[in-house]
Amino acid sequence: MANRAVATEQAIELQIPARAEFVALVRLVVSSLASARRVLADDRVDDLKLAVSEACTNAIEAHGAASLDDRIVVRCWEGDDRLEVSVEDRGEGFDPHSLPEHPPVTDPERLNFERGLGIPLIRTLVDEVEFETDDTGTSVRLTLYCGRLSDA
Amino acid sequence: MELGLDVTEKNGFAVLAVRGEVDVYTAPRLRERLVELVSQGKHQIVVDLEGVDFLDSTGLGVLVGGLKRLRSHDGDLTLVCTQHRILKVFEITGLTKVFSIHDSVDAAVGE
Repeated sequence: MANRAVATEQAIELQIPARAEFVALVRLVVSSLASARRVLADDRVDDLKLAVSEACTNAIEAHGAASLDDRIVVRCWEGDDRLEVSVEDRGEGFDPHSLPEHPPVTDPERLNFERGLGIPLIRTLVDEVEFETDDTGTSVRLTLYCGRLSDA
Repeated sequence: MELGLDVTEKNGFAVLAVRGEVDVYTAPRLRERLVELVSQGKHQIVVDLEGVDFLDSTGLGVLVGGLKRLRSHDGDLTLVCTQHRILKVFEITGLTKVFSIHDSVDAAVGE
């Protein structure tokens, strides 16, 4: 798998079993790191927490769909002006540019769609998101710049 | 991880107070509770999100599914939420236009 996501020596790495109950732990670790060591506004910590959670949920579902026992790898890295988190799975990959679109929210048909909100949420919540994906896995890299104002 | 799901009756509405984190792990319990209420004939449901610390897309999906189920019984599912970080998730996804969101349970049940 192509992998240039957050692969520095200083990265903190967390490996979790690909099971739903571990996503809360990742949220806890990432948000603690973000709030303890950076001047990051609380609402931006919330944004990161949700984005990381969505990425982990997708990774766990990808392993579930492919019946894989491999762990999900989460790496966190702090730069001078940014916090980066990558979430890597060994699932079968997907095309981030051809996700099915939902009907408009004013359309009653919208209620037929319970899924598919994770990636649009990720894109909105963080400053940069990069998907590297092929049939051997997916790496989602999320970047949050410190000091940048959120949606003021 | 605990997910609090307490049901009370108010003014003819079933009020489901959710406490804790709603994510891929806990959302199925919220779904089960909603399905159970609908099967008991509760078709006017208020989901009180004031005790929720975290809500992700899985939780949104369960609420959308609940609303759909209730609409098919001529009922409704409305929400109580004043927390900025939770409201934000509804705003980003456009779901503020799908749900009626109230400031209090009293407002939601029309008291």
